[in-house]
Amino acid sequence: MALLELRDIHKTYHLGGETIRALDGVSLDIDSGEFISIIGPSGSGKSTLMHILGCLDSPTSGTLRLDDTMIHDASSRQLASIRNKKIGFVFQFFNLLPKLTVRQNVELPMIYSGHSGKERRERAMTALRRVNMEDRSKHRPSQLSGGQQQRTAIARALVNDPRIIFADEPTGNLDSHTGELILEMFDQLHNEGRTVMLVTHDPEIAAVTPRRIEIRDGKIANEADPTLAGKAPRFEQITNSEAKPTT
Amino acid sequence: MNFGTVIQSGIKEIGAHWFRSLLTMFGVICGVASLVTMAAFVKGKENLLRESLAETGGLEKITVESEDDLPDYQKHLEGEAKGVTLKDVYALQAGAPMVHDITPSINKSRYRGYLRVSRKGRGARPWMLQGTWPSALEIQEHEIEHGRMFTMMDDLLANNVCVIGTEIRNSLFDEMDEQGETIIPIGERILINYVPFTIVGMFKEYMSDEDRKKKEAAKAAGETRSRRNMFSRGGDSNTRRTQYIYYQKNNAIMVPLNTLVAKLDSSYETGSVLDRKLSEITMKIEDVSLLSPSLQQVRNVLMRTHKGLEDFEFETQEEFADDITLAIHNERVSGMFIAGICLLIGGIGIINIMLSSISERVREIGICKSVGATTMDVFTQILIESVVLAVAGGLAGLAISPILVNTLASLADDTTPPIMTTQAMLIAFGFSALIGSLAGLFPAIKAAKLDPIQALRYD
Ligand SMILES: Nc1ncnc2c1ncn2[C@@H]1O[C@H](COP(=O)(O)OP(=O)(O)OP(=O)(O)O)[C@@H](O)[C@H]1O
Ligand SMILES: [Mg+2]
Repeated sequence: MALLELRDIHKTYHLGGETIRALDGVSLDIDSGEFISIIGPSGSGKSTLMHILGCLDSPTSGTLRLDDTMIHDASSRQLASIRNKKIGFVFQFFNLLPKLTVRQNVELPMIYSGHSGKERRERAMTALRRVNMEDRSKHRPSQLSGGQQQRTAIARALVNDPRIIFADEPTGNLDSHTGELILEMFDQLHNEGRTVMLVTHDPEIAAVTPRRIEIRDGKIANEADPTLAGKAPRFEQITNSEAKPTT
Repeated sequence: MNFGTVIQSGIKEIGAHWFRSLLTMFGVICGVASLVTMAAFVKGKENLLRESLAETGGLEKITVESEDDLPDYQKHLEGEAKGVTLKDVYALQAGAPMVHDITPSINKSRYRGYLRVSRKGRGARPWMLQGTWPSALEIQEHEIEHGRMFTMMDDLLANNVCVIGTEIRNSLFDEMDEQGETIIPIGERILINYVPFTIVGMFKEYMSDEDRKKKEAAKAAGETRSRRNMFSRGGDSNTRRTQYIYYQKNNAIMVPLNTLVAKLDSSYETGSVLDRKLSEITMKIEDVSLLSPSLQQVRNVLMRTHKGLEDFEFETQEEFADDITLAIHNERVSGMFIAGICLLIGGIGIINIMLSSISERVREIGICKSVGATTMDVFTQILIESVVLAVAGGLAGLAISPILVNTLASLADDTTPPIMTTQAMLIAFGFSALIGSLAGLFPAIKAAKLDPIQALRYD
C-alpha cells in the first residue's frame, strides 16, 4: 500500500466571479522512501499541491490518504498532530520566527508535541549539529545568511523525526552553491529512508531525483524517471495529459 | 503543550512591548487599586459603626421606656398610666425567660431637671446621672478600670456611692497631677445636687483605637498639651456618631437605684418604691436570632402587669444595625461601580492590544500552526498572554494600593481610618484575572481560527 494516495484532487479558488482551478484532478501514489521532485511553470499549482500533501491546506474535492488516515476528512486536531509528527515542511522563504533564536526556532515543533525543556534543548542541538548550525544556535534569524536560515528550517523540519519531508522550492532563494549543499542534505535524508518531495524550477535539480513529476495547469502533465539517472524510463498512467487553459 | 512554557512566552511577548503593555495595563491597575482602596475605606467605616453598635450594647440589647402618650383608644385611661416600674422588672424576671440581665434605671440628664455635680468649687457637666442596678455595667458595655461597681447591697442600703466616667474625673480633679501621674479618685467625696457621695469606681476611658494610639504616642513624646485638641474631632458623620457615643459614656455617673430615689429624687412621692416610674428597663436577649419572639414575650408579660395599658415603648438597636448595613452597602455599590468602570476600560484596552498584537503576528501564528500547533494551542497561548497582561496589571494595582490608601487617608485627616483587608485584595486580584480571560477570549478565538496557509501568505 502506498504511503500517500491522492485521488482526483481539485482545488478551486473563486476570485471576483472568476474560477481558478489551482489543482484540476490530480491522482498520485507515493511510496515510502521515495525521493520525488515536482517541476512545472509558475502558477501551475505546485505549491498548492505541496500544501495539500503537507496537510496545511485542504482540497476542494477529492480524497487524500496518508498511512491509514483519510486526510480530507480529518479533524483540525488530527491534521495538526500529523504536521507535527509525521511531516516536516521546508518553505522557500524559510518561515522562521524572528523573535526566537535559532535553537528556539528548532524547538518550536517539540513545544506542541509536549517535550520537556531539557529534551527539547538536547534534540534541537542534535538537529542543528546535523545541518552544521550548532555554533549559531544563539543567533536570531535576521543575523543569518539565507543558506543558514534554510538549514535552520531543515533542522526544525527534522527535529520531531518525521517520515516525510516536503520542501517547496527550498533552494529558490539561494545561490547555486548553497543550493547544492541544501540539496545534498535532502539526498541524505532520503538515504536515511525518509520520503522526500521537493518542488523546484531547476531541471538540473529535478534530474537528481529518481522520480520526477511535472505539473501544468493544475494537472500532472508528465511523469518520468529522469533518463539522466540512468534508469529505465518508467511511465505511469498520465492523468489529464491534455493541458487546458484555466478559466 | 507545556503550560509553563506558554506563560513564559506570554511574559516574553509582553516584555517585548513593555511600554505598550504598561499603557494597556493602566486601566486594570486603576481598577484594582481603586477597588482595594474603596474597600479599605468602607471597611474602616464599617468597623467604626459596628464598634459604636457594640459600645451601646449590641443587637441583643432591648430597652423598654415609659411612654406618656397613650394610643388614641386608651387616651381616656391616661390617669392610670404609670409607665414602667420595678414591678415590671420582677415580672419579667419571673415570666420572660428569653431575656436576662433585666436592669431598671432612672435617668437624670442635665437638660431635664436639676443636676449639679461639684467638688471644692469645681463643677462637672455630666451627660447623664443614672440610678440603676449593678447589671447596668454589662448591659451598657461599661468597664470599671479602677475601684469597683456598687453592689446590690449598696442599693438595698441606699448608700451614697457612685461610679464615674473619666471626663467627670477630669472636670472635678484633673487627668494628671503635677508629677504626670494619672489621678485615680477612688474614695474621694463629691457632691451630687449637694448630697455627698463617695466615688467607689471609675470607668475606663472610652475612645477609638486610633485615638488611643495618638494619645499613647503623645504621652511617649511627653506632650502636655490640652487633650481636647489632640483627638480627631469633627470628621465625617460616622466618626462624629461614634465619638459622640464615647463622649456620652465618659461623661456618665451611676448611683444605686434606691439611692437615687431616696436621696436625689425631688419628685419622689410617698408610696411604694415599687410604683416609682422608671425611665427605662434594659435587658439582653438570649438569642439575637430570636429578636421578635423575645420582644413578643416581653410585651405579653408587660401587658399583663399594665392591665393592657400601653404606657411603654420598645426600642431595639435593629434600626441602627440596618442603617449601618445600608450605609455600607451603598458605599460599596458606588465604589464597585467606579472600580468596575475602570476594569471595564482596562478590559477593552486589553482586547484592543491583543487584537493588534495578533494581527501583527498572523505569519507567526501560521508558522506555529504549520509545525503542529493546534487550534487549542493557539487559543491557549493568546488567552494566557491576555491573562498575564491583566494579572501583571492587577499585581501592580495591588502594589500601589497601600500607597494610595495612605496618601488619601493623610490628605483627608478627618475621615475614618481605612482598613486594608486581604479578602478585598484577593477579590480585586481575582477580578483582574477574570477581566484578562474575558478580554482575551475574542482575540484568542480569532487567532485560533486562522487558516495556516492564509496566515503564512499574509503580509
Ligand atoms: N489564495 C488564493 N486565491 C486565489 N488564487 C490562488 C490562491 N492561491 C493560489 N492561487 C492560484 O492558484 C494557482 C496555483 O498557484 P501555486 O502557488 O500553486 O503556483 P506554483 O506552481 O507554486 O507557482 P510558483 O512556481 O510561482 O510558486 C495560481 O494561478 C494562483 O494564482
Ligand atoms: Mg510556489
